Amino acid sequence: MSNPMSIFDVAGRAMSAQLVRMNTTASNLANAGGVATTQDDAYRSMKPVFRTQYDAASGMATVDVQKVVAAGADPVKRHDPGNPLANADGDVFENAVDETRELVDMMEAARTYQNNVEVMQTAKSLIVDTLKLGR
Amino acid sequence: MADNSLFGVHGAALMVRSKRMGLLASNIANASTPGYQAKDLDFSEALASVERSGVAGAAHAIDDATKYRVPLQASMDGNTVDLSTEQTAFAENAVAYQTTLSFLNGRIGTITRALKGE
Repeated sequence: MSNPMSIFDVAGRAMSAQLVRMNTTASNLANAGGVATTQDDAYRSMKPVFRTQYDAASGMATVDVQKVVAAGADPVKRHDPGNPLANADGDVFENAVDETRELVDMMEAARTYQNNVEVMQTAKSLIVDTLKLGR
Repeated sequence: MADNSLFGVHGAALMVRSKRMGLLASNIANASTPGYQAKDLDFSEALASVERSGVAGAAHAIDDATKYRVPLQASMDGNTVDLSTEQTAFAENAVAYQTTLSFLNGRIGTITRALKGE
């Protein structure tokens, strides 16, 4: 039989996964517009990879961040000889951050986080009411 | 449950409701996990089989009534969580749980009054 306490695990771990997503989004936005001398030095946006974690005993499933990967387009080469970071050819490499995508991701992460908070609050009040049974 | 006439069906109902709350919470938690398939249980089917099997077979009876949800709209990453459906079901389930608690409280109140001879 399921233990009602583990609902907190489910919602709590989903919240921390969304927080990792929020952190990567913040890093990506912070690095938007930056340039580097070589293609390898340029920043690439980071994305967390979510994975369902099943709990056979209770039949519930929560979510974990399996890893954080560099994703998205290659850095864009731009000719800018006046830039102090320009290489011998006068080119700089612009960080590959899609700001629109990051902002959409941020909104989605915030919404999902909020949903899990709501689940946790509801579960908490129901459990407290169950404990008060007969009083 | 036949072996628990004091609280009638409400003990079993509370158990099925709490199990369903866990399933719906799992669905909401996995709203953005690629490939996750949402599950739900049919309350009346689960309750009927828990009543048949008694407390001992309750976990198995509930597992048997648990099914994958048929998505209203397919998503590209294979995730079948429809947030509005899940949130509605979660809210409905929470209200039903609360209702069962009120029934139980009423039952306990009646018995307490009988014992006190008020």
